[in-house]
Amino acid sequence: MTQPRVSVQTDDFDLSAEVAALRAGDAGVGAVAAFVGTVRDRNDGSGVSSMELEHYPGMTEKAIESMIDEAQQRFDIRAVRVIHRVGVLRPQDQIVLVAVTSSHRGQAFQACEFLMDYLKTQAPFWKKEHTPEGARWVDARSADDAAAQRWGIASRNTAD
Amino acid sequence: MNVTVRYFASIREVLGSGEQIEVPAETTLSRLRDQLIERSAKHAVVLARGRALRCALNQTLSDESAVVSEGAEVAYFPPVTGG
Repeated sequence: MTQPRVSVQTDDFDLSAEVAALRAGDAGVGAVAAFVGTVRDRNDGSGVSSMELEHYPGMTEKAIESMIDEAQQRFDIRAVRVIHRVGVLRPQDQIVLVAVTSSHRGQAFQACEFLMDYLKTQAPFWKKEHTPEGARWVDARSADDAAAQRWGIASRNTAD
Repeated sequence: MNVTVRYFASIREVLGSGEQIEVPAETTLSRLRDQLIERSAKHAVVLARGRALRCALNQTLSDESAVVSEGAEVAYFPPVTGG
């Protein structure tokens, strides 16, 4: 059975199992690049005890599917798997997985970074942090727009 | 005609998860936002011009010149912060 390319879920994920499934049966794969994002215990000078991740069911999945289509056009890659968690997460928890297979490492590295830069600025997720000073929505970073623009993505996530 | 409006994150906390609104034909997202701003003082604050606010039309990020059609789903939300 083919696994889905995109999952938005509350459950944790297993990097080894996901990579094994992604390259199963494809002897043309010579490289696997995977990025895992995790929850830090500090942000903007405050301790973070937990965070809540909200998404836009339907649109979030569509946005990630279209970014994978775009990566398939731009790079010589074989398969992609993206998992993003939602709900309550704590420091050290895994948040996001982007895994890419290709024949050679260069395209896998590049596609993985492209996908993360795209996801950070174009996929509808929002983080709310719980700190000793109270709960607060995380501010988007203009550096993430700049990272997306390097790929020619007209990203204006943080614009007025 | 009828449009469904949805709100997320900090906007949802103020305005709730969404509402239905009646708009004239050929309404742009910009005009729709003006109409929403007139609904209440709370709307006027969180949908104010000059605030970083993203908009999606039928679940695709859109700019405010886009025209809504009958039954459209429009969403307003702050800049995204996933990953």
